[in-house]
Amino acid sequence: MTKWLGAFMLECKNIGFYYNRSNWLFRNIHLSIERGEIIGIYGKSGSGKTTLAKIMANYLSPTEGEVLVDGEKSNHSEVYPVQLIWQHPEQAINPKWKLSKIFEEAKELDQDIPSILGIKEEWLNRRAHELSGGELQRFCIARAFHPDTRYIIADEITSMFDAITQAQIWHALIRLVKERNIGVLAISHHISLLERISDRIIDFNQLKGASEKSF
Amino acid sequence: MKNQYLSIDFDSTNYKRRILWKIIGLVCLFLLVALSGFWIGEEQIEANMGEKHLSPSLDHPFGTDWLGRDMFFRTLLGLHLSWKVGLFAAVISTVIALTLSLLSSINKFFDSLVTMLIDLFLSIPHLVALILIAFVLGGGVKGIVIGIAFTHWPSLTRVLRAEILQIKSSEYVHISKKLGKSRMWIIRHHYLPQLAPQLFVGFILLFPHAILHESAITFLGFGLSPEQPAIGIILSEAMKYLTMGMWWLVVFPGLSLFGMVVIFDALGNNLRKLLNPN
Ligand SMILES: Nc1ncnc2c1ncn2[C@@H]1O[C@H](COP(=O)(O)OP(=O)(O)OP(=O)(O)O)[C@@H](O)[C@H]1O
Ligand SMILES: [Mg+2]
Repeated sequence: MTKWLGAFMLECKNIGFYYNRSNWLFRNIHLSIERGEIIGIYGKSGSGKTTLAKIMANYLSPTEGEVLVDGEKSNHSEVYPVQLIWQHPEQAINPKWKLSKIFEEAKELDQDIPSILGIKEEWLNRRAHELSGGELQRFCIARAFHPDTRYIIADEITSMFDAITQAQIWHALIRLVKERNIGVLAISHHISLLERISDRIIDFNQLKGASEKSF
Repeated sequence: MKNQYLSIDFDSTNYKRRILWKIIGLVCLFLLVALSGFWIGEEQIEANMGEKHLSPSLDHPFGTDWLGRDMFFRTLLGLHLSWKVGLFAAVISTVIALTLSLLSSINKFFDSLVTMLIDLFLSIPHLVALILIAFVLGGGVKGIVIGIAFTHWPSLTRVLRAEILQIKSSEYVHISKKLGKSRMWIIRHHYLPQLAPQLFVGFILLFPHAILHESAITFLGFGLSPEQPAIGIILSEAMKYLTMGMWWLVVFPGLSLFGMVVIFDALGNNLRKLLNPN
């Protein structure tokens, strides 16, 4: 890599984390994602992928190490440049809201995002329990494309849906990401899916294993 | 049920409709009693020495007292006053509860502060604290309203705090934060809409407590002054005449007070069922 590219990366530097003091979940994780790049990551259930996703999107602080966004630590009060899309959209949307409010929440969203994601006008007046998971997930994805977003972490975002929905969602997501030069970390158990969407695939256990000796 | 879409939907099940009618009935009944006080003038409860000690009749359904005052109108006025005291006290209590529960959502420090306050106030019997506060403030309507308001917020605060804690830990609140939303925005768009039913039911259920406590401490002589047409005053005065066989001075005002409390309790519980089906 040329040196200047280093400034446009989401970097995990020597990340370590435990929930329980006596038991490191992982240590010495090094990972970097460039703008515009899609990285797929898979690994055993319970190995800590979601935890790493939360650390990268600033939901959790790493026990050791640091996450750098384009070379710097981001501040907390602004829109965070790394947005996490969750596995269960029905938990990611306030059940009392009409869905139009999602667009109010992510207020400066580009006009064309809803149509690219296949969001229908008539869904806007409904509440979360009146839509299917696949339909809801499109809103969660749309919301993640705030103009300030530079990286997206997609944690099993389509694993609940059928193949067609899965394909539609990823098709739209890849288009949006490429247009906006956003870096993506896609977490999934479906290696075949990852092969189709990713520029590069990482085995999370290997990522962990690479550092195991230094425990 | 947290994820249920809560709204008053007139087309929904029969069950809901039945409860709605019950609520409408209760509200009408209550308004009839509470608002009647506005139209009762001094002349209806004037002393009339020619009509002393009358037992209940068509002219005086609740009888008359030792000054010949009509007990029906005195009782209505008393209920009206109780309702006003209850209203003020419940409003202040609810505001305190909401403020403290929101305060507790800020961070661990404020949360333990609020929890400590709740435990402290819950450990003192209502009546004792109430009498103390009313006494310090010199009795009267002000003393009672403030006394009741400051003793009745803890249980509602606890409910609201638990609710906020749960909403606060939900994914959608975390996401809003990461989208740069301010604390005020989150309160306004996430907390308040979900707290509204609890707040409303809690507010209504405060009335029976407020009314009973108002009457109790007035009866004990720490509350409203004897010139005021309060149920507590009526009852404590009537005790002297009970031995003379004038049972109606106690029974009707007592039953009316009880009725008012029951109405509010039923109203609160039915509202709760309507807003929160499980
Ligand atoms: N809040 C928490 N407190 C304590 N332990 C936790 C917590 N969240 C997760 N864990 C534990 O940390 C480990 C990693 O969990 P994580 O959700 O990161 O795994 P994952 O790789 O995403 O698994 P999956 O593929 O099933 O989604 C698990 O053993 C889990 O039990
Ligand atoms: Mg996971």
